[in-house]
Amino acid sequence: MLQITCPHCGPRSEIEFRCGGESHIQRPGPPEDVSDAKWSEYLFFRKNPKGIHFERWLHRFGCGRWFNIARDTVSHEVVQEYPIDSLAPTITEKTR
Amino acid sequence: MKRYSALSLFREGLNDQKGWQAAWRNPEPKSEYDVVIIGGGGHGLATAYYLAKEHGITNVAVLEKGWIGGGNTGRNTTVIRSNYFFRESAEFYDFSVKLYEGLSQELNYNIMFSQRGMWNIAQDRHGLEMLRRAANAMGLNGVPAEFHNETEVRRRIPLLNDTPRFPILAGLLQSRGGTARHDAVAWGYARGADDRGVDIIQNCEVTGFDIKNGQIRGVKTSKGKIKARKVALAVAGHTSVMAEKAGFRLPIISYALQACVSEPVKPVLDTVIMAMGTGVYISQSDKGELVFGGGIDHYPSYAQRGNLPVMEHTAAGIVDLFPQFSRMRFLRQWAGIVDVMHDSTPVVGKSPIDGMYLNCGWGTGGFKAIPAGGFCFAHTIAQDEPHHLIAPFNLKRFETGALIDEAAGAGIAH
Repeated sequence: MLQITCPHCGPRSEIEFRCGGESHIQRPGPPEDVSDAKWSEYLFFRKNPKGIHFERWLHRFGCGRWFNIARDTVSHEVVQEYPIDSLAPTITEKTR
Repeated sequence: MKRYSALSLFREGLNDQKGWQAAWRNPEPKSEYDVVIIGGGGHGLATAYYLAKEHGITNVAVLEKGWIGGGNTGRNTTVIRSNYFFRESAEFYDFSVKLYEGLSQELNYNIMFSQRGMWNIAQDRHGLEMLRRAANAMGLNGVPAEFHNETEVRRRIPLLNDTPRFPILAGLLQSRGGTARHDAVAWGYARGADDRGVDIIQNCEVTGFDIKNGQIRGVKTSKGKIKARKVALAVAGHTSVMAEKAGFRLPIISYALQACVSEPVKPVLDTVIMAMGTGVYISQSDKGELVFGGGIDHYPSYAQRGNLPVMEHTAAGIVDLFPQFSRMRFLRQWAGIVDVMHDSTPVVGKSPIDGMYLNCGWGTGGFKAIPAGGFCFAHTIAQDEPHHLIAPFNLKRFETGALIDEAAGAGIAH
């Protein structure tokens, strides 16, 4: 079972949360300049890394707010929580 | 290859079982192959088998990081069915069921395919409407299915709870569906491929690719470099990892899908049941274990183990259908890493690299597709042109919009 620290409510069990997938995906634009290939890339293609994944989570059965976490997809370790509007942190062996 | 038969069994009985030979060799890799298949699961091994048998291409290696059949092929719940919604899926999966029907004979290896029937149970009004729609779609696609009301469902499955929290309103039965011995599917294909000259190389991890001017030249492995004219990926949940090494991305997210078995008991359940209200399904193996599972753990994972909340939800769904199972003990619980596509339809065909082919995106339903997946993938590799059954399962569809949305169409969870 994951324990995730909501930046607003503190540590809670994973059943209170919902994973919103990869974070920091930018919508391409303006629309008239976006090719089908680029649009498809934006909608469907994902990094899906084996290792550190930067992802959005929603504290659905809590404060109802979104935030970001950096999580290891092999160990499931939550390495860092950070606000929804922040850039992805640099994760090194030290910061872990 | 020594053929298995009742006579050979009898003869070896008299011979103190000393005449059996290894089912496949354990060769060192050669420096060059016509085709290198990455991934020694069901799909990779079936592809090698059909390349050799149907297309006469025998200078083939199957590279497996661990042991053959140790990934999702050995981790699924062995259900075989073709109750899909769209014509493209129905034609493909029904072809797979047909290949399964003759597979024990074809491979001279008992895969224990038991067509015990596959039930989908509707538990609310909307589920009922979905089920009627599915029944009509299957009829139109030429896949036989029977729609039964509650009385008939209960007559056929007497073990069902009389007063479940989610009522049993109706059931849709595909009587040709069922289960098979999953390991035997991998082993049977491995034995057949090896017999035709394919090298199955275990404990050999692919660490990179040799690509020049957008053309594949070979693979780098833990056992050295291997040249190859063509390279085929059949690595399920690790497809994104391999694609990254080759320099492209895919519309895949990898999740952990759990399954569990109970302690073995005497035969109590002679069919496969999927409860639409709770999203759980159950069957009983020939060993007597209840085999059951539910949905995925809903965050990306490569961990090959699931977490407790999903397992608890699954167990609760099973106990709602069969309260008498509530005191049975879990024997084992595990997870496989499934490669989920946005539209729950696989990608089989060409990759952005010339000479490199993709077989991925089966999500939670790859086992049932093994024979047809291998057959069509082998054709695609040999002819450098997609087999017509998998032509719609191309990567281009994410750009053209020709998605085959089985997640919405058949309510299929993967």
